[in-house]
Amino acid sequence: MRKLQAVLSKSASDELVVASIFDRPEATRYTITATMSVDSLQTLANVGKGESTRTTLRVVILFLIAGAAIASRLFSVIRFESIIHEFDPWFNFRATKYLVANGFYNFWDWFDDRTWHPLGRVTGGTLYPGLMVTSGIIYHALRTLTIPVDIRNICVLLAPAFSGLTAFAAYLLTNEMTPSSSAGLLAAVFMGIAPGYISRSVAGSYDNEAIAIFLLVFTFYLWIKALKQGSMLWGALCALFYGYMVASWGGYAFITCLLPLHAFVLICMGRYSTRLYVAYTTWYALGTLASMQIPFVGFLPVKTSEHMPALGIFGFLQLLAFLNYVRSAIPKGQYQTFLWLFAGGTFGIGLAALVVATSAGIIAPWGGRFYSLWDTSYAKIHIPIIASVSEHQPTAWPAFFFDLNMLIWLLPAGVYLCFQQLADEHVFIVVYALFGSYFAGVMVRLMLTLTPVVCVAAAIAVSNVLDTYLSAKSPKPEDRLSDEATDAAVKKAPKGGLKSTSKPFVGVYSIFSKGAVVGAMTIYLLLFVLHCTWVTSNAYSSPSVVLASRLADGSQHIIDDYREAYQWLRQNTRDDAKIMSWWDYGYQIGGMADRPTLVDNNTWNNTHIATVGKAMSSREEVSYPIMRQHEVDYVLVVFGGLLGYSGDDINKFLWMVRIAEGIWPEEVSERAFFTPRGEYRVDDEASDTMKNSLMYKMSYYNYNTLFPPGQAQDRVRGARLPEVGPTLDVLDEAFTSENWIIRIYKVKDLDNVGRDHASASAFDRGIKKKKATKKRGPRVLRVD
Amino acid sequence: MAPKNRNNRDVTPSAASTAQTSATSSGSAPQAAVSTSAKPAVNKSVSSSSSSKQDWNSVVVNLANSYRDSAPQRTKLIDAFMTFLVVAGALQFLYCVVAGNYPFNAFLSGFSATVGQFVLTASLRIQTTEANKSDFPSVSPERAFADFVFCSLVLHFFCVNFIN
Repeated sequence: MRKLQAVLSKSASDELVVASIFDRPEATRYTITATMSVDSLQTLANVGKGESTRTTLRVVILFLIAGAAIASRLFSVIRFESIIHEFDPWFNFRATKYLVANGFYNFWDWFDDRTWHPLGRVTGGTLYPGLMVTSGIIYHALRTLTIPVDIRNICVLLAPAFSGLTAFAAYLLTNEMTPSSSAGLLAAVFMGIAPGYISRSVAGSYDNEAIAIFLLVFTFYLWIKALKQGSMLWGALCALFYGYMVASWGGYAFITCLLPLHAFVLICMGRYSTRLYVAYTTWYALGTLASMQIPFVGFLPVKTSEHMPALGIFGFLQLLAFLNYVRSAIPKGQYQTFLWLFAGGTFGIGLAALVVATSAGIIAPWGGRFYSLWDTSYAKIHIPIIASVSEHQPTAWPAFFFDLNMLIWLLPAGVYLCFQQLADEHVFIVVYALFGSYFAGVMVRLMLTLTPVVCVAAAIAVSNVLDTYLSAKSPKPEDRLSDEATDAAVKKAPKGGLKSTSKPFVGVYSIFSKGAVVGAMTIYLLLFVLHCTWVTSNAYSSPSVVLASRLADGSQHIIDDYREAYQWLRQNTRDDAKIMSWWDYGYQIGGMADRPTLVDNNTWNNTHIATVGKAMSSREEVSYPIMRQHEVDYVLVVFGGLLGYSGDDINKFLWMVRIAEGIWPEEVSERAFFTPRGEYRVDDEASDTMKNSLMYKMSYYNYNTLFPPGQAQDRVRGARLPEVGPTLDVLDEAFTSENWIIRIYKVKDLDNVGRDHASASAFDRGIKKKKATKKRGPRVLRVD
Repeated sequence: MAPKNRNNRDVTPSAASTAQTSATSSGSAPQAAVSTSAKPAVNKSVSSSSSSKQDWNSVVVNLANSYRDSAPQRTKLIDAFMTFLVVAGALQFLYCVVAGNYPFNAFLSGFSATVGQFVLTASLRIQTTEANKSDFPSVSPERAFADFVFCSLVLHFFCVNFIN
């Protein structure tokens, strides 16, 4: 470009005209000073060289950041092995395997009869396919490159790989906010290692968020780009990535609400521009269509209230564009009347239409999860299944510091700096920060959506501090003459003539203050890195399928009960043996044991879950018919009493009771599981309902044989158990894992001489007489 | 490049100014009447309705005049297309109201094709209008058209995919 310009300046007689085409102040200087001279080209080349080294450096730094981001997520692979973590990832993994094995179209039409027995699940239409399709594409791409990689390894390493891309996206987004390129690099570093994001993207955490956060940040970047340039192309790209985001994560609603909010705030600030119109309408028109391609989303964008703000702003922008056009065409006085008639009428009609449509049921009111975002106690009262998930709980305040460390106190500073410039894109950061911190406060899980803006804002703040204090040049001494000196070290020196028109130049004089501030900042940054590494390694890198503990000599001991039990199921049961367990373990059983389950973590049918809850919380005589009706072959419970593993079923038991009570309030009552004093106990004083519940019996069956008589201890609840353990009539113990974490019971078949199970097992125990007298009174009729 | 711009820039303000003068000459009298009578006229329904009708007429006339005078031929072509889209969209909506929305996919994709095409065309119109040049420093008319084609392709791909 510049060479061309130099050539032009040689040939053209009028240099200024040529220079003015290029419209750069320095271009004019070059053409005037260096007409026909060769060393002008030399200097130009040098400038270009400096620029290119800078670019190279930036690329290298970004690659290093991506490397650091990936490396810090590999703790779990190094410590344990390349394994899929937790619960949901097991389903995603299973679905990916299905996709890779059966092809895309079969995956799209997948009806899964091995979950939710006997209902089945239309899996292809009820999942977000983005994650599986992404890893499927990577898998096939690598295979065509003749790099045979196991699909499991792709799934395990997908999240770290995408975290590198997220760091890059954060860099791009921040570069749109501020001219300082160091801010972008800082944002990339923060994004790469912030624990708030690592919590969902360690290796093996193969969940939707793994790619969704990258898509979130990148969509925002494209949105800002589209808004700044007013370009349809960027708007369309934004819409395409929005579509990808919709295909990947239910959290897409965050974008659906945030972009209209940003547009609305801009309009309210009187910043409506044609650029906003182009960017927003292109995004909305294409993005909505793109989102409707996903079967799971389908018609939701035109039917539910969550999506209505976007539609409303879309209509509002049409109106504004039309009004703007009219205003440019007719005189002002007439425009006023026109405005009132037109805008008032349209607004009224629109509001009336919305109210009518909502009340007539055409537009669904807000969903339960969204109510729980406004009123945090809503879910606890109305929808126990949502409240029972720990990640839907409100955030405890130390979690902010735990997940974001110093970034959280840099956030306000960054937002303040955005306020100082307050172009359209800074408004976005401000709006996002407010919106995001509210939602992060309401739900632990949404900390994830707050993290990007915190990183961007903190990077702006830090780079501002560093840019100010790292400049080696001190302000010139003559500036000292001007007043405004607040400190001996800090001076303000107006450069131009008018103080109000030119920004005062603020400089730092003494080396000491520079050194102190920069040093403090460096220490903070180093501490941040330490904190991030510590949190990642200690809190977020456990697969939770495999547990680690330390032996007395400090060596690591791996507790592998889950896989032991699932492997047992895989090898010792029929291929279609139905396993009943609480829904938390449904995905794992499907993924690791490959056996049909009754309920799983896709909690689409509350009644079915409540049925399982009822079976677990009722007496054996009530549970048995339920299990027979659902063709249950095995029942699986998780018991942590021996090891002190607190995430076991007895601790989750109250949720089972509550969910069951929601459907059968007259048969299951939460109160009956507490002692008269309102305590939840498992020892001698436990209530009869508790002691007779199937869950209690399954957990503690035969447990006291491990201990000397009367010494049985439950290490989770710190309770001494009754001397006589519970008896089980309708179930046989089939398997108990090494540390008793998983216990599997086989459901007995009907008795072959027609007795009920209680009497049959009593007969086996040789207490026929006693039973006959005892059981005569409350004889139970077999229901099925 | 530069001289062409300059010429166009010269044209637009003059056209606008002519429109302005014509507007003031034709519509100044009712305008004044309205501005004086508007506030007390709230109570008197008869006078207010007549004056607002008059006013409305003058607004429409002004709008039409300025449009006829200042819009270039290409813009008029775009506007014709946009009008067609509005009519097509309205017809589909009417059909949906009258005959039901049974293949909801088909209705949605047809309707959003018209709406989407409308906003894309409107964006093209905005970007190619000379008066908005300053808003779009990086978008030349050619680029605007290329963007328009790209976005339309994406739009219709989604529509065809969604129509079932």
